[in-house]
Amino acid sequence: MRDVAVVSFAQTKNVRRENRRNEVEMLIPVVQEAVEKSGIPKQEIGFYCSGSSDYLAGQSFSFVMAVDSLGAWPPIAESHVEMDGAWALYEAWIKIQCGEADSALIFSFGRSSPGMIRETLTLQLDPYTLAPLGADPVCLAALQARALLESSDYSEREMAEVAARSRADAKSNPYAQLTGDFDVDELLAEPYFVSPLRKHDCPPISDGATAMVIAADDVARNASKRPAWIRGIDHRVESHQLGLRDLAQSTSTALAGEKAGAVDIDVAELHAPFSHQELILRDALKLGDGVKINPSGGALAANSVMVAGLTRIGEAANAIWNGNARRALGHATSGPCLQQNLVCVLEGE
Amino acid sequence: MAEHCAVIGVGQTKHDAKRIDVSQFGLVREAAERALEDAGLTYADIDAVVIGKAPDMFEGVMMPELMLADSLGAAGKPMLRVHTAGSVGGSTAIVAASLIQAGVHDRVLTVTYEKQSESNAMWALSVKVPFQQGMVAGAGGYFAPLIRAYMKRSGAPEDTGIRVALKDRLNALKNPYAHLKLPDIDFDQIANSPMLWDPIRYLETCPSSDGACAMVLVNSSAAKKAPKKPAWIHATAMRTEPTMFSGRDQVNPQAGQDCARVLYKKAGISDPRKEIDCCEIYVPFSWFEPMWMENLHFAPESEGWKMTYEGATALDGDLPVNMSGGVLSSNPIGASGMLRFAEVANQIRGEAGEHQVDGAKKGFGHAYGGGSQFFSMWIVGDQPL
Amino acid sequence: MSEEKQPVKSIVTPSRLEYDFTPGIATTRFLRHMQEGRIVGQRCTKCAKVYIPARGSCPRCGVATEEEVEVGPNGTVTTFCVVRVPSENIDLTLPYTAAHILLDGADIPFFALIQECDAADVRMGMRVEAVWAPEAEWGPTFENIRYFRPIDEPDVPFEDFKEHL
Repeated sequence: MRDVAVVSFAQTKNVRRENRRNEVEMLIPVVQEAVEKSGIPKQEIGFYCSGSSDYLAGQSFSFVMAVDSLGAWPPIAESHVEMDGAWALYEAWIKIQCGEADSALIFSFGRSSPGMIRETLTLQLDPYTLAPLGADPVCLAALQARALLESSDYSEREMAEVAARSRADAKSNPYAQLTGDFDVDELLAEPYFVSPLRKHDCPPISDGATAMVIAADDVARNASKRPAWIRGIDHRVESHQLGLRDLAQSTSTALAGEKAGAVDIDVAELHAPFSHQELILRDALKLGDGVKINPSGGALAANSVMVAGLTRIGEAANAIWNGNARRALGHATSGPCLQQNLVCVLEGE
Repeated sequence: MAEHCAVIGVGQTKHDAKRIDVSQFGLVREAAERALEDAGLTYADIDAVVIGKAPDMFEGVMMPELMLADSLGAAGKPMLRVHTAGSVGGSTAIVAASLIQAGVHDRVLTVTYEKQSESNAMWALSVKVPFQQGMVAGAGGYFAPLIRAYMKRSGAPEDTGIRVALKDRLNALKNPYAHLKLPDIDFDQIANSPMLWDPIRYLETCPSSDGACAMVLVNSSAAKKAPKKPAWIHATAMRTEPTMFSGRDQVNPQAGQDCARVLYKKAGISDPRKEIDCCEIYVPFSWFEPMWMENLHFAPESEGWKMTYEGATALDGDLPVNMSGGVLSSNPIGASGMLRFAEVANQIRGEAGEHQVDGAKKGFGHAYGGGSQFFSMWIVGDQPL
Repeated sequence: MSEEKQPVKSIVTPSRLEYDFTPGIATTRFLRHMQEGRIVGQRCTKCAKVYIPARGSCPRCGVATEEEVEVGPNGTVTTFCVVRVPSENIDLTLPYTAAHILLDGADIPFFALIQECDAADVRMGMRVEAVWAPEAEWGPTFENIRYFRPIDEPDVPFEDFKEHL
């Protein structure tokens, strides 16, 4: 296996509504920033891969316009996944492992504001038996939260604590959207949104874009003072039918974490759009009390769909570059109730 | 360096205008199960699944890999979903191969499909997006002006497209899976068919199909245990260029030329016309055959049409093209690219039945998408490179 | 009374999603110019090519574009096709001609309709002019230009525009 590291990461400020710039205009500055910060000349980047969704954008082939932000001339080796950018990172990492490239630019973009995000994500469900029920992601998350509360010692208080801590930590993240100091008791006094979830247990609706450069061996060492080496990366999917899963556990996260070698972690960026999901993921990855979770504020502070997963990995790299972690973990999720999960373990030397 | 990767199983559905006899799950499983049987394996033997398809609006399901996880035996495994427009069938095969070549997995199942009848592909393609110029003339209307430009540049005879269509449609009669089979097809029928987007006629155009294609890709040690002859992947390549920029040659795109050059170099091929035994290339409108023959360096610029005229690209020619009947005969958009890659793999494996090219040892598979801007290609051979 | 129950073979589930589209900064400026009856492109600082419609960046160089350059209203047909088949969402009488038109001053063709001309008379190199909707109807939209029609100027030789094909 080749040594591959994250050498740069750039993101837009996540906002409730980016309605001045379109996707290409959002991407150009982050792509430029990621390339510049990487120290690798643009023409030497060996592979490009992006993650985005047509349904989110409201048009077919929406990723095609993003190619305009790359200056793809002479022609480039480029691919795209209709998934969160974290999986585009995986494809790029594989490409480098094959020896087809020594460096790659990964990017993702997603604007949830233009459409009806809850209704749109409902279309991820089995169209014959689930989608017609109109079970949108908040309702499904609520089912999962109920399953967790009933089967464990966790309570709504712990969920509120996750929410409060995330938004307080987000104050020091200039790219976060929802930040501030919230009192846990006051949060618990709020009415339910979709029981047992309250508004604070749910993610904000966000628009955002990110870009990241990874590189192998000496290309990484020459590019970055402190490359964030990818020591392990793995992803797994579970059954789609919710009745076939124990919603209070994330077996795919546990398996991916095991395969990725998720031990001795100092900082973990977990893609948990709902507060109870952080508790589930923490347990799946066996993260002890000494692990700092989501110093960026996580998905409860900013949740640009298709982007938030890659952002977690970028923020894990940030923790290494800031000197706050020697080993950091970035996690991404996709699908209803944590159906699919990716774990990336980073290490600074 | 990279591990060897081989195709040991190929499966596809009977492609048709509407496969109302199966759900989306049934459609993908029809192809997947055939590929697994061909490979002598079961779902349990597979380490990872890679799916590819074109826009989700064609079926009305967002990110269908999530719902397909159970049907494709993917629970507990890694699963990816690739989307690179029309070239997606090819890109998906390349991503699947890279998992083997990277040494990460031993056996990968890859499936591509389209079930356009469940939503409405024509609607999804032409929905008017605000602030953007509408599709002035539909998909055919986008490519027809480029074909006219090729005709002018090359001086190709006007019936070149008809000859290509005739060849592909006759080939389709030998392919049990093809969607469009016209048993009495002849030159006049095609020439007299309605002109849709001048210069493209109805019978020179691809259909819109429901269908799926699957392959099982494995590493060397698993290939040795395969019940049938493997097709070894010699090289893969992908190239992209922007949709529109000043001076862009859309008739002979640079990305296609570069992709092919890089591919041949990796595969150790210096004279593609001589060294390659057969091709399956993405021809949705018949005139693309001569255009791609030039783009892919099989013929010098402006001479691609001569290959058609000489019968070089016929099933019994010296470089048969689209022995399966090609995209002109079956076009489940998400799968069409993989069908090219899979059909050529089957040629090398000797599994192409009635449309087999005898003694084919090296084959070329090609897919393209978007405004002739996304290209994915591979070369397979009967021995590891 | 017994009824034979047929297995369910298919279901129809209507779905409806609404989206608020954002044109972006460059397209907004372009459409505001269209509202004034002007076709205004942008020049790339690196390759100096003029793009129309203006999209805020040069796709070839990957840099943001700012400088505005007015183009047209006349242009040259670089290539075309005659459409004889109806398409979903396109409401025109058949046959109609769709063409790539290189507006004077632009470095990239623009896809548009040709009318007031027999389809058989359309040719590569033909000179055309934009036909606008009545001024009172102008809004921030491409549709201010209804179509292009031939003008009485000699055809442009193939050599002079073939690089734009």
